[in-house]
This record gives sequence, structure tokens and C-alpha cells, in this order.
Amino acid sequence: MAIENVKEASENTVPEQIKVHGDPKSSKFRVPDPIVEVNGVNLYYGDKHALKDIYMDIPKNKATAFIGPSGCGKSTLLRCFNRLNDLVDSATVEGEIMIDGEDIYDPSIDITELRKNVGMVFQKSNPFPKSIYENVAYGARIAGENRKSVLDEVVEKSLKGSALWDEVHNRLQDSALGLSGGQMQRLCIARAIAVEPEVLLMDEPCSALDPIATGKIEDLISELKDNYTIVIITHNMQQASRVSDYTAFMYLGELIEYDTTETIFLNPKYKQTEDYVSGKFG
Amino acid sequence: MKKFWKSGDPFIWLTGVALMFSLLMIAGLLYLIAAKGLGFFWPSNVAEVRLEDSRKLLGEITGHEKVKNTTSGDGTEFIERTQLKIGNRDLYGLDFRWVNNDQIKETTYPEYSVVLERREWGNMYGFIKQITESGSVICTGNQDCWPVLESLIPKFSKIYNEIKSIEKGEIGGINRQIENLRLDIRGLKMKGGDQSEQISKLQAKIEEQEAIYKEKEQKLQVLYKEFSRDKITMTSVDGRDKEMAVGNILRAYRPNAMSWFQKASLYLSKVWEFVSTDPREANTEGGVFPAIFGTIMMVFIMSIVVLPFGVLAALYLREYAKQGALVRLVRICVNNLAGVPSIVFGVFAVGFFIYGLGSTIDGIFYKEALPNPTFGTGGILWASLTLALLTVPVVIVATEEGLAAVPKEIRDGSLALGATKFETTWKIVIPSAMPAILTGLILAIARATGEVAPLMITGVVKLAPQLPIDGYFPYIHLERKFMHLGFHIYDVGFQSPNVEAAKPMVFTTALLLILIVIVLNLTAIIVRNRLKKKYTTSAV
Repeated sequence: MAIENVKEASENTVPEQIKVHGDPKSSKFRVPDPIVEVNGVNLYYGDKHALKDIYMDIPKNKATAFIGPSGCGKSTLLRCFNRLNDLVDSATVEGEIMIDGEDIYDPSIDITELRKNVGMVFQKSNPFPKSIYENVAYGARIAGENRKSVLDEVVEKSLKGSALWDEVHNRLQDSALGLSGGQMQRLCIARAIAVEPEVLLMDEPCSALDPIATGKIEDLISELKDNYTIVIITHNMQQASRVSDYTAFMYLGELIEYDTTETIFLNPKYKQTEDYVSGKFG
Repeated sequence: MKKFWKSGDPFIWLTGVALMFSLLMIAGLLYLIAAKGLGFFWPSNVAEVRLEDSRKLLGEITGHEKVKNTTSGDGTEFIERTQLKIGNRDLYGLDFRWVNNDQIKETTYPEYSVVLERREWGNMYGFIKQITESGSVICTGNQDCWPVLESLIPKFSKIYNEIKSIEKGEIGGINRQIENLRLDIRGLKMKGGDQSEQISKLQAKIEEQEAIYKEKEQKLQVLYKEFSRDKITMTSVDGRDKEMAVGNILRAYRPNAMSWFQKASLYLSKVWEFVSTDPREANTEGGVFPAIFGTIMMVFIMSIVVLPFGVLAALYLREYAKQGALVRLVRICVNNLAGVPSIVFGVFAVGFFIYGLGSTIDGIFYKEALPNPTFGTGGILWASLTLALLTVPVVIVATEEGLAAVPKEIRDGSLALGATKFETTWKIVIPSAMPAILTGLILAIARATGEVAPLMITGVVKLAPQLPIDGYFPYIHLERKFMHLGFHIYDVGFQSPNVEAAKPMVFTTALLLILIVIVLNLTAIIVRNRLKKKYTTSAV
């Protein structure tokens, strides 16, 4: 991918110290129709300050990409949205995250309801050691649905939604572990959308896949965008520019820059962003 | 040369040799036991041995050996001798006899020599003289009497079974009912107050049962008379006659006149008898069915107890407990528990289960039967619980390893779908860890089946009159004492009055015990592999 209007690289290509670019609160990037609002989130793993004063809004029914070098806090921020960080004993979260206008860190929030509303696809495909059918039906069964006709419908709809139906519809009772890597990842997407979440979090969904399987998943993301709000972490700049509408660049626990994908890739405000997207560091 | 050492080849050879050595030891062990055990049931030919001093011996040749001649010469030269099973314990006193080979003049295999397997006194080797019915002779001589004997034995077996079923089944049932009624009366009396009406009602019931008992007894007498009606007279090889009831004969055969196939079918029927019937003659003859039954039932009860306990404990340790110094300490203790000598568990069980729990249970539920203990003495339940205690560390360790091996991604995947931790554990983690849990159970079963020491003080007996499961309410009698193959080996081999006769039984029973361990393990392994197929995480 060619980036036009590349700014002149400075003599110092790898920044040693990141300067905070203004006040994160006042400079918060405004998006139309936000579904997730992150206001002043700080996260600590014990003593380690992993997320520093994050302010960002995520637009509804768009794909938002998180980019940044490893260890910059992308996954941590993503896991705040469905509170999977709660599983880490040492993690403490400050600030508020609003989804649909509700603070998800409010003590009155039902975590299982939240997680049904905010689905997640993981870096390593993680189908359950069960049949394909049972994998997709799992979320519905957890929610207390046991009528076979309803489950059949859910399974078919979700597998069609993840473009897997044609490949597996005649072997639904086979083990999910017999699928190929790309199929497994699409199965995990089917499993996630089976509970009809509003937001779908994807943590590097294609990092273990070959280019063809990656292409299929990217096509799928473009389709899913119409009905779901997608937040995707990726290390692949081309992928970010292909699938996302908005892109956030994070570095060392800070949100450096957040804007439309076009702006981030073509006309970034800060030099670190430019260096990262153009491959000078990271 | 240096390169040779560096290449690691010698190490590979060393590992190979170590493996070979282990395999050889296992193969040697199995071979020895199988060779000594399997031959026991084969009907070998009956030899008539004529000695130099014109004495004659008749029996099966069971062994040869070389010993130092201590009776003559300087005690350094070796002589060979032969062991004969001559049977006829009622005539000779001893079943076995050693003969020096230089004393043997001639060995022949007379066609008409008969082997009688008897319900009492062991085998008889000899020739048929005559058979009498109510005192009158119906046939004489080997040739005429053989077909008569062959037709009589099944007939008398039938009568014998009828007698046994009346004695053990019907009369046993009546006795049990009378005993229960007596205990009821005692219970009522202990309650105090005026219970005379109920007591007299129970008394009437007892009398009713006693009347039935008398009736059965008369029937028995008739059967016994019939049973001892036909008699056979045998002549031993040295010319002594012995008369006995035909009913006393279990099986008669003439090995010297039998073809290979006849012998093979006899062999199979003897093997079947071994695994399916009760022991006779102080456990040195007959079968080991009660011991097989007791062993398997004990292992089952142990599995039922140990599996849930071990899995639950491991779940808490791995999934819920906060990992830290305390949990580590608990884990070390659990691991060490697996190394405690089993007899220590037995002693604990006597103190805690039998004297503690058992006596309390007796005091509350079986008051009428006191001072006779019901649960306050060794029994299959306590023995099984002891073994469960002994093997629970194995299950805990294996389960913990299985739980630790379930990938975090799968747990996260389930949690991210809105499942609670409990749902994730129950629906995803435990099924994934199932193969490991079953591995733990396999190890537990293997250890429990072979354990003898703690059982000797918690409920195993030499001869149990009843199985722990029968047709009388409540059908499963967990308080009963039971027989066990491991203890049976010890008892037959080392506590038997007739060591020579018992020796083959030791090997056959050991072989059987090994087979049972293999079968139990195979079952568990097959189940585990099925599950593994279902739950393995793929290589992708």
C-alpha cells in the first residue's frame, strides 16, 4: 500500500520518550453515534501502569482498528470492554467505560449480560472440544435456551453469518477440532455472533492464518460491520487500512492518535504515528 | 573417540538396554506365573510306577528335580527324583510323594486307571471294583462299571445341587427371617412399654417359619437318603479297597484313554469350574468365584467413592483456591499421602471407620443386634473406603494435571460468551480434563486391586459364607466380610495345611488376579481413548 504525502523522516527514527500530546480529555476525538465511550481509563497490573488516561469513543456499526507495537496496551483496553481483565487478580481499573450509556464497571452490572452483549474473538482460535453444532449453540445453551428448533435456527444463522455454513452444513456433529485453522476462526466468529452481541471484539483474529483464510475473514468483517460494531486489533497495517473505518494508534499505554483510518494512514498528526504506519519502527 | 561419546549414541544404547531389562523382567514374571498356573488344569496321564522293592504307585507325574544325595555316599553327588501326585488322602494321608529315579523299575500308563475328583478328601487314583445300588451289586470291573459311573454322576450332581439350594437358599432364607423377627422382638422389648400384642404376633410368625423349616428338613432327609444310595468301591494300586458314595464324586475321567480333544474340553470345563464355583477343602480345591466377586465389587465401590472426592478436591485446589504457600503445602501433603505404607491406612481404618463410625452406626441403627456388631467390624464397605483413602491422592494429582493442561484460551472463550466460572468449569474444563481424570482412576484401580495388607484388618476373610450381593433385602450387604484374590493367594500359599496341593492354586490365582487387573485397566483405557478422541485439541 502506498502512502502519499509522507512527511520527512526526522533524524531520530525511534523515539525514546513519548511526549504526551496535549490533554487527552480535551483533545478527545469525536465520532458520530458512539456506542462505547471510554472516559479517563487507567489500568494497573500491580504496580505497572498499563493504560494511561484513555479517552476514546467507538462508533456504532463501524470497524475500529487498534494498532501499535506489542505491549502497548491494545489487548488490555480491548479486554476492558467485556471485563475479561477481571480474571487477572492484580488488575485494577479506574475511570468509566460506557456501553449503550451504561457504565460497565458499575457494581450493579451483570457481567454475564455484558459479555453476551460484547462478543470476543481471540488471537488463537479456541473452539471448544465439542461438535461444530455444540460450539455454536454453546452461548444460547448458557443463556438457557434448550429447544432444538431454536438452537438449529441459531446455529444455521450464525454459520451463514460467518460464511461457514456451505463448508460444514453436512457435518455439524463432527468435532470442531477437525476444521482447518481458518475455518476454526470463522467458527469462533459464528460462536460469538450466535448470542447476538452489539459489539464484537477481535484480538488479532488473523495472526495465525494464511493469506487466503485471512482474506475470507476480512471479507467477513466488512459484511459484519452492517450489523455489529467491530473493534479489531491488528499488527498488519494493510489489514487495518483495508477493513477499518477508524484507527487508533497506541504506544506504551497511551492513546497517541485516534482518527479516521484515512487520516491516520495518509495524514497523521504525530510523527510517532507516521513512523509506525510507515514501518519505520514497531 | 571423543566424537563417539559426544554423538550421544552410547546414551541411546544405555536407554535401550534399560528398557529391554524392564521388559524382560515383566515377560519373565508373566511367563513363570502363566507356565506354572495354566498347566494345573490339564488332565495329565496317570502313571503306574513300579519300584525296585516291588511296591507300586499310581498317580500323575508332577515334577522332577535334582537333589544332593544325603542318605548315602559323601553327600556331594546328585540324584534325580520324581514327584507323583498319588491322591487318595483317605488311604495314604499324603497327596504327594517323591521317588528317587534309581528306584523306579518300570513306568506304565494303564488304560483303565480312573481319576475321581471328590467333594471331600481330594482326588482318588485307582481302578473301579464295583458299584452297588442300595447294597446290591449292579456291576463289577472297570469295563462294565465305567459307563454306569458316567451316567450316575450327572444324576447325583443334580441331587447335590438340590440339597445345596435347599440348605443355602430356602433354609438360609427361613433362618434369616427368624433372626430378623427375633431382632424385632428384642427391639420392641428394649423400647419398653406394653408391646405384648405385637410381640405375640411376631412369635406366631416365628413358629410359622419354624414349621416350614421342619418341612424342608424332612425333604432334605429324603434327598440325603437318595444321595447316599449308590456306592462305588475303588481298588487302589496297592490293592486296598475303598467304598464311597457316588454322590461324593464330582467328576470322573480316564486320562490314559482320552484323546487330545477330550482332554482339552475337560481342561476348559475345569478352568470354568475354577472361576465360577466356591472353594472346597480349605481353599486348596474348587474355584475362587467368591474371591473374584469380592475383588471386583470392592474395586467398584472404591471407584464410586474415590472418583467424585478426588475430582472435587482437585477442582478446588486448581480452580478456586488462591494459589499460594498454603495451597503448595496442601499439594505436597497430598503427594506424600500417596507414599504412606498401606498398612498404616489399614490401621487408621480400623480405628476410625470400624471402631469409630461402625460402632456409632451399630449403636443407632442396629441396637437390637448388639453385642453382635453389624458395621462395627470389618466389612466390604470399610475395606473399600480404606482403599479409596489410599488412592485418593493418585486421583487428585492426575486430575490437577489434567485441569492445568486445559488451555486458558478455551476458558476465556467460554467466559467471553457470558458463561459463569461454574458453567465454564462444568461444561468445558471438566470434559476436557476427563482423559486425565480417567488416567488417575486407572492408576487408582491398578493399585487398589493389588493391595492386600490393609484389607486383612478391614474385612477380608479366608472363607466368606455369603456374597456381599444376594437375593435378600436390601440385596447389597455392605457390612459383610468378603473374599479377595490377593488375600486368597496369601492364604492358600502360606496358611494352607496342604502346601503341595495348594502350590498350583497360588499360581493360577495370581494369574487370575493379573488378568483381572488387566481387564479392569483395559476397560478404563478404552473409555479414556474414546474420550480423548472426542476432546483432543488439534495440532493446528
